[in-house]
Amino acid sequence: MLKQTEIRLTGSGGQGLILGGIILAEAAIMEGNNAVQSQSYGPEARGGASKAEVIISNKEIDFPKVVKADIMLSLTQVALDKYADTIKEDGILVVDSSLDVPSDLKAKKVVSIPILNTAKEVIGKSMVANIVALGAIRQLSDIVSKESLEEAVLSRVPKGTEELNKRALQEGYNLVK
Amino acid sequence: MMSNKKVRLMQGNEACVEGALAAGMRFYGGYPITPSTEIAEISAEKLPRVGGKFIQMEDEIAGIAAAIGGSLAGLKAMTATSGPGFSLKQENLGYAAIAEIPLVVVNVQRGGPSTGLPTAPAQGDVMQAKWGTHGDHPIIALSPSSVRETFDVTVRAFNLAEKYRTPVVILTDEVVGHMREKIEIPDVNDIEIIDRVKPSDDDNYLPYGVTGDELVPPMAAFGDGHRFHVTGLMHDETGFPSNSSENAEKVLDRLMNKINKNLDDIIEYEEYMLDDAQIVILSYGSTARSAKSAVKQLREQGINAGMFRPITIWPFPEEQVRKLSEKVKSILVAEMNLGQVVLEVERIVKGKCEINHIGKANGEVITPEEIASKAKEVL
Repeated sequence: MLKQTEIRLTGSGGQGLILGGIILAEAAIMEGNNAVQSQSYGPEARGGASKAEVIISNKEIDFPKVVKADIMLSLTQVALDKYADTIKEDGILVVDSSLDVPSDLKAKKVVSIPILNTAKEVIGKSMVANIVALGAIRQLSDIVSKESLEEAVLSRVPKGTEELNKRALQEGYNLVK
Repeated sequence: MMSNKKVRLMQGNEACVEGALAAGMRFYGGYPITPSTEIAEISAEKLPRVGGKFIQMEDEIAGIAAAIGGSLAGLKAMTATSGPGFSLKQENLGYAAIAEIPLVVVNVQRGGPSTGLPTAPAQGDVMQAKWGTHGDHPIIALSPSSVRETFDVTVRAFNLAEKYRTPVVILTDEVVGHMREKIEIPDVNDIEIIDRVKPSDDDNYLPYGVTGDELVPPMAAFGDGHRFHVTGLMHDETGFPSNSSENAEKVLDRLMNKINKNLDDIIEYEEYMLDDAQIVILSYGSTARSAKSAVKQLREQGINAGMFRPITIWPFPEEQVRKLSEKVKSILVAEMNLGQVVLEVERIVKGKCEINHIGKANGEVITPEEIASKAKEVL
């Protein structure tokens, strides 16, 4: 049976969303699934609206882009407003708690959690917000196991930041309980 | 059997470099441009480790010129670019064609014209790949649809360039270049590698001399000790300029015949669910992925759809498309431009079946739903 999850990570350039997508896809591959990761971004290196997409499937993946997402993450208001209508009606939206979720947004579940603040204040590094978000997404959806996700994170982050990133994952798990 | 093949997530542009290295690339000359930059970046990192050379030049023109020089010196050479850079490379592409210099030119297509949409996909350079440089000339262009195929197509591009002493264009696009997919890199020993034929040491070497039915002259490397003159002017077998129309005709015939008499060797394509197809979606590169998905959707709705996907874009799979047109009701060409390959299809089919087109050039991909709904509309 086809089991396919389509994920869209949105925010601004520089938030590490593409890396987040890569890590999710790599975790999925470790578990023997297929995964395709793609992205779209503007010509600027920082800022702008950035999105990374991941499709995880137990079958061959033809079309590599996400049309309607099963899971969507938004870390900026601009990105949320831009992509709000691209969530499936039975999909899950994960947003940073600083954002205003449009009242007419249709999704099965909206999870508003302090991702940016947790990274900045609890861990002390804003740059791990993407990893906190991955932890939260995993906890909500079970798309990959904790073990695979941790292995994928550790194989991608710079040397010397392993403990920091493990903490970021843990804080992400804790945000969804 | 145990396999030491490694499964990993890889980007299309990275697979291009891996394929190039597996094929024996030892020289890269170029100038970075989105969305091809990773090809330069990764080549810069990896070439020195295998004793190769990477050089970033002052612009795209110099990039291809350096690659031509590297190839003349005996190394397998590549350059990569996108839209505006591909325009700049046209003059030297023609130079490589007439001077018969093996060369791989990668064009990761983005939205145009001009600097256009730097980060958005397009397939608007198909005709440019064939006609962008002036004059009649041979060209091979290949278009991969996946990360794994980018690896294979790049190996093939080098093989064809070496075998036929001609430039080969890889026409990929931003989607295939930037997406990451699960890929298993084949074992080096399982990959067929073709090297250019070199002249023997003792003969009187003619760099453009062939004997009998031979189409591809052996190629000496600069520095090997052979006398070797290279020019963009029409030349005789010594490589020195000749204005004789008789010679020009002979040389151009041979240049074109390198391709035209080896179509079976050069042309590759994929057929999907064509046996009982009434409507065939003809597509290539990343758009073919949408086409395949659309075929599956249409089949689920009881519509006999199929897909024909040229992997070799130039020379175009003319014979295959002609045969297809004799047995299907309709061909729908899907491409990220406002109508390029569809012109080729119309020329070939000559009204034997209905032809429709779905094209987009706004920086967005064509979705499977759009193709499926167009197919239903025209059936």
